[in-house]
Amino acid sequence: MEQAYNTRDTLKKIWAFLRPYKLLAAASVVCAALTVVLTLYLPILTGEAVNCIVGPGAVDFAGLVRLLVQMGVVIALTALFQWLMNLANNRITFCVVRDIRERAFDRLAELPLRYLDGHAHGDILSRIIADVDQFSDGLLMGFTQFFTGVLTILGTLVIMLNIHAGIALVVIVLTPISFLVAAFIAKQTYSMFKLQSETRGELTAHIDEMIGGAKVVQAFGRERAAQERFDEINGRLRDCSLRATFFSSITNPATRFVNSMVYAAVAVVGALAALGGGITVGALTSLLSYANQYTKPFNEISGVVTELQNAVACAARAFELMEAEPQTPDAPDAAVLEQVHGAVTLQNVDFSYRPDQELIRDLNLSVRPGQRVAIVGPTGCGKSTVINLLMRFYDVDGGSISVDGHDIRSVTRDSLRASYGMVLQETWLKTGTVRENILFGHPEATEEEMVAAAKAAHAHSFIRRLPQGYDTRISEDGGNLSQGQKQLLCIARVMLSLPPMLILDEATSSIDTRTEIRIQQAFARMMQGRTSFIVAHRLATIREADQILVMRDGKIIEQGNHDELLARGGFYAELYHSQFERF
Amino acid sequence: MKKLLRYLRPYRRESVLGPLFKLLEASFELFVPLVIADLVDVGIANADVPAIWRMCLLLIALGVIGLVCSITAQYFAARAAVGFATELRRDLFAHIQSLSYAELDTVGTPTLINRLTSDVNQVQSGVNLVLRLFLRSPFIVFGAMVMAFTIDFDAALVFVVAIPLLCAVVFGVMIASIPLYRRVQEGLDQLTRLTREHLTGARVIRAFNRQADEQRSFAAASDALVRGQLFVGKISALMNPATYVIVNLAIVALLWTGALRVDSGALSQGDVIALVNYMSQILVELIKLANLILSVTRALACARRIEGVLDLAPSLREAPDAQRAPHAAAGEEKVAFDHVSFAYPGAQANALDDIHLTVRRGETVGIIGGTGSGKSTLVNLIARFYDATEGTVRVDGHDVRTLPLEALRSQTGIVPQKTELFKGTIAENLRWGNPDADERAMEAALETAQALDFVRARGKGLESWVTQGGKNLSGGQRQRLAIARALVRRPEILILDDSASALDYATDANLRRAIRSLEGGMTVFIVSQRTASVWNADQILVLDDGRQVGLGTHEELLATCPVYQEIYRSQFGKEGA
Repeated sequence: MEQAYNTRDTLKKIWAFLRPYKLLAAASVVCAALTVVLTLYLPILTGEAVNCIVGPGAVDFAGLVRLLVQMGVVIALTALFQWLMNLANNRITFCVVRDIRERAFDRLAELPLRYLDGHAHGDILSRIIADVDQFSDGLLMGFTQFFTGVLTILGTLVIMLNIHAGIALVVIVLTPISFLVAAFIAKQTYSMFKLQSETRGELTAHIDEMIGGAKVVQAFGRERAAQERFDEINGRLRDCSLRATFFSSITNPATRFVNSMVYAAVAVVGALAALGGGITVGALTSLLSYANQYTKPFNEISGVVTELQNAVACAARAFELMEAEPQTPDAPDAAVLEQVHGAVTLQNVDFSYRPDQELIRDLNLSVRPGQRVAIVGPTGCGKSTVINLLMRFYDVDGGSISVDGHDIRSVTRDSLRASYGMVLQETWLKTGTVRENILFGHPEATEEEMVAAAKAAHAHSFIRRLPQGYDTRISEDGGNLSQGQKQLLCIARVMLSLPPMLILDEATSSIDTRTEIRIQQAFARMMQGRTSFIVAHRLATIREADQILVMRDGKIIEQGNHDELLARGGFYAELYHSQFERF
Repeated sequence: MKKLLRYLRPYRRESVLGPLFKLLEASFELFVPLVIADLVDVGIANADVPAIWRMCLLLIALGVIGLVCSITAQYFAARAAVGFATELRRDLFAHIQSLSYAELDTVGTPTLINRLTSDVNQVQSGVNLVLRLFLRSPFIVFGAMVMAFTIDFDAALVFVVAIPLLCAVVFGVMIASIPLYRRVQEGLDQLTRLTREHLTGARVIRAFNRQADEQRSFAAASDALVRGQLFVGKISALMNPATYVIVNLAIVALLWTGALRVDSGALSQGDVIALVNYMSQILVELIKLANLILSVTRALACARRIEGVLDLAPSLREAPDAQRAPHAAAGEEKVAFDHVSFAYPGAQANALDDIHLTVRRGETVGIIGGTGSGKSTLVNLIARFYDATEGTVRVDGHDVRTLPLEALRSQTGIVPQKTELFKGTIAENLRWGNPDADERAMEAALETAQALDFVRARGKGLESWVTQGGKNLSGGQRQRLAIARALVRRPEILILDDSASALDYATDANLRRAIRSLEGGMTVFIVSQRTASVWNADQILVLDDGRQVGLGTHEELLATCPVYQEIYRSQFGKEGA
């Protein structure tokens, strides 16, 4: 029941997207109807033409010519309407899909990071791309085949009944047998297919692990064990795959057989009727060709129905994304943060990602303009949580954060974020040129300003050595740059606008020493006179910080400056000794 | 293609019988219009009721024979295709397992996995389709034309004109639209890329307030995609109307010539009906053929890719006369690099350049340097995952190329940089290191690896479940399990390839202390970027860009090696710790 309701709900939403194209849709429907009527009319003309050709000397040439001309006109019109219908359907489908995709993509920017962090990116991606694509296929098929199929079946029935009710009855009674047969086979093979796809999944999982970890497999000499298991699953796959493939491939011959039986029945009943003068030979020809055509749309429609169900399900997934709750919009009277001095205050801040897992409780921190705050702790202890709160990627659960005395929820997100320069450890760059990436935060900067920023970030010299300098394209995964070079570009990107406050992540891993020194110099230059929050790894940074937040398991457990914390002899002291003293 | 056809050879019988029965079925199908013609000319024209029933029985008989033939054909085709794929898959898997690191690096494991799964499946359905349909459709097209000629030469000429025209339209549209469809696919890939970028870069994009620009570029790409789709749609929308026009105009032509021939007494009314029926049959088959060619092209591309993998020869083989060597005694040379250089296949520069190092049994060696300086490459030469391009690597005093791979690798315990754990229990994962390890041995290894506590804390202890890739464990836990896995085989040589990077400093220190205190004279290689991880080693090798720029103890290097000093200072500040 709920399922039906959901489907209806989804259809309503699809209809909303279709509405702008309703004229086009109406045109498509008219063209489809005309195409079907004309297509069905042609066999009648053919039959009448055959009736003109009775035997030697008994050919009605005058009638034949008239009929052939009519046929020519009908053929031309059918083709024309069919073509127009195809064009209309293409336009409707592709445009609707574009509209849905753009709406979904726009939605992404409004979704809170909590949503993006909490859902697998692959899943969101497939909702916007693959699901919508599937929906487009289904929609197109529905438009082109469903409607014409239904019309064809109805039209054929009416015409057959008109020509000869008895024969029409034969067709109507016998045809369903072929669906019964098809449905029977499908039901029988369903479990085989399920077994096949399960076994296939099992094999893929095994391949995934063993080939994905091929180096470890070799290092531990496990090739034979892996092959034995592979052979075992592969053998099972062969057996169930053979059964599934064979039994499902019976469907076609079986339905074809039923259809040929119908054909034979029409032939004999029709011939006997023709003897009794019930119908002409021409009408019999028409009937035979209708009998041949009659089953085709049925087979198509059953395919289309599955496709349509699938399409609706896919659309529902896309809509689900679009309807996910957006972030709280900026307050209508939100102020624009300007001329920031960089005084940041956290007052009684509570925060957790999940209600059942308390992370930050009653955190108080007061940072004066120009101070440095180091965030310290073992890897994976949740140092990014603080960044999430400062940038208002997440809202606090209790308490407040303010900049220069303004609660950050009372100012626009844009102006808050524009006051921070952020360099994260995961260096995200856009696909595009080096220039585009440096200009990312400040597209209208001049060439001189851009080069100056690159120089300040110590990136200019390596950029010049790239094949096309500033116009070198960065591939999607940034594969043509080293980790350190990517980091320098991210710094240059911030250098260009250099906001009054900074959030920096000192990356240590996977950067060679020379580049790292350059990055440190660039950081040092940026921090001069700016309030900075640094996820710190280097002793020097930590020692020079005005305040240190020590984190462990997502919680802030100690707070103070270097000397205070050492004197306390807690976790920080332990961390400090284990890291920087020989055992 | 030849390489893959070999896999059909055991199914020769099936591969011949399948298409053969399909042709039989098609031949019987071609008789149907003739029967209908007789029904009209003999049955109806002469009012011969028994003849009508005879024709009806004949139609039924043709249907039954067709059914039997085609089910037989399907059976043989399925057997051949499934058997083909099964054996291809088995050999491909075995072949991929035999590849050495060098090939795995160049091809990449995701690609190999794709070849083994989706590509083999595609080829399987390709083989199945070909066996069933590839002969059938052309056979019906030409069979119908031949039948037309047996009925009447003049009328059959209409077929001679219509068939090439139909082929031109069907295949013309196909050829014109395939490259365009590829462009459409590229447009879709572009959208995928933009969306993925928007997701991975959500923080940066919001930090720079660039959401609107991203939306604009998405809209532009989306519009471009629609334009491409509409363009190719215009071309393929021509297919149906055009074929419809050709076939039906041909029928008009058939009716006209038929009428002339009937008038002169050369043809009967039933013959004309038969000719019209043959024409309709052709259209159906041509469209099937066009679709078939599409799928076969796709399957062929997959087949070529699979062959590419089968053509890769493992670059590293065991010497035919390889012989086991006794382990070195305490204090003797265990591992030696004798002026070793190494370049990755296809690379211009050496990844390692003239490395010279002797390690005695029981020593601990630290290897330090920046990313890409060749640290991992160096340790991978010990168990011969790659062969040195120049110089020799010796283990137990023998060139590694003269030792049996199994003997060499089973005395080495490796903890790779990227931790790979496998689906199964913790115990099963540990037994990778040593299939015969008992619970005590496993717990001892876990204890050394600083992993016993968290394993015990997981309800089922050693029997706790590890999901694929160890995703249900934290990075640090995975690394510690991987270390335990290497320790459980009680290796002669232990290689820790930057394998403590996810551990906090205290755990890292405890781990090194525990390893040092193990008995049995294990030779240990520690690869790291942290000075703190190596400064207790007996000797430290400093690498810079593949060159050996320093070798000695921490104090010696601090005094003499500028690169080491630089690394040290970057981690401990100018004044040192």
